[in-house]
Amino acid sequence: MTRVGRLLFVLPLVGFATLAAWFWMGLAPNRDPSLVPSVMIGRPVPAFDLAPLVAGKPGLKSEELKGRVTLINFFASWCVPCRAEAPILMDLAKDKRLELDGIAYKNKPGDTEAFLAELGDPFARVVVDDTGRTAIDFGVYGVPESYIVDKDGVIRFREAGPLTPDVIETQLKPLLAKLSQ
Amino acid sequence: MIRAAAFVLALLLAAAGAARAVEPSEMLKDPVLEARARAISKELRCLVCQNQSIDDSNADLAHDLRLIVRERLTAGDSDDQVKAYLVARYGDFILLDPPFKAKTLLLWSGPALVLLLGAGAVVLAYRRRRIDVSLPAGLSEDEKKRLARLMNGDA
Repeated sequence: MTRVGRLLFVLPLVGFATLAAWFWMGLAPNRDPSLVPSVMIGRPVPAFDLAPLVAGKPGLKSEELKGRVTLINFFASWCVPCRAEAPILMDLAKDKRLELDGIAYKNKPGDTEAFLAELGDPFARVVVDDTGRTAIDFGVYGVPESYIVDKDGVIRFREAGPLTPDVIETQLKPLLAKLSQ
Repeated sequence: MIRAAAFVLALLLAAAGAARAVEPSEMLKDPVLEARARAISKELRCLVCQNQSIDDSNADLAHDLRLIVRERLTAGDSDDQVKAYLVARYGDFILLDPPFKAKTLLLWSGPALVLLLGAGAVVLAYRRRRIDVSLPAGLSEDEKKRLARLMNGDA
C-alpha cells in the first residue's frame, strides 16, 4: 500500500480522537457552559459614586478603591444564593488583608437591612445600587457576584455566583497573598 | 361551534406569540430611533436567559439593557457604538452574531474547511473507482482458442 493510502486509513481515527477529546472537555464536571467570562479583569474599576444604605454612614466612590485591596460583593436580600454565601463572607471578613464592601443590587433599603441583621454584616461599607447601572458597568449579570480590586484600583478577579470555600482557598487566598505584598 | 371556538383560541395564541418583551413605556417616541433600537436589541444576547435576545427576554437585566440601548441612541451613538458600549462590559458574548477574529477563525472558516475536505474525499474516491472499474484488456490468445473450441462444440 502506498504511503498516502495508509495515511487515509489513519485520518478518520485522528478525526475521531480529536472530537472525542473535545467532547470530553465539554463534559468536565466543574465546567459551567452558561458562565460569561468577565472582560473587566485587568481593567480599572468603572466610575461610580453610590449612596450609603444607612444615612450618615460613608458611601463609596470608585476613586476610594485605591491603596487597599477590596472585595466588592453585589448582593440582594431577594437572592437565595446570597443567603448561602453570607456565612462564607462573614468568615472572609476576618482576613485583614482586604476590605469587604457590599453593593445592594436593586434592593429596598429596609429589606437589605433586615437581611444583614439576620445573617450578619461582613461589610466595611454597604452602598445601594438602585438602578443597577453600576452593576452593568461592572458586567454583572446576576447576584451574587464578587470582584477583587487591587491597590491600584484594577479589577483582578471576578466570581459569578456565590463564593465557595473551595474558590476562596484555591483562587482567592493565593491572589490575596500576591496583592497584599 | 367547538370548531369556531378552537379557531378563535388559535388566533389568540398566535397573537400572544407575536407579543414581545418590549414594554410600551420603554419605546422611544421617534419611530426611526425605535426601529434602530429594536434591530440592535435583536442582535444582543440576554445574559440571564442566554438563548434569547434582549428584545425577546422578559428578564429584568434585559429590560435594563434595552433602556441603555435607547439611551445611547438618543444621545447620538451609532449602532456600532451602542454595541461597543455593551461589549466593553460583557464581552463578545453579548453579541448573538460572533465577530470574525483570530479566536473565531475556526468557527467561521470551519464550514468551508469541511466542504473542502469533503470535496477532496469525493475526488479521491472517484479517481479510485475509475481505476477499479477499468476492464482488463481483451482475451489472450490461449483464451481465444479455448473460446473457439467451446463455440464449435468440440470441448
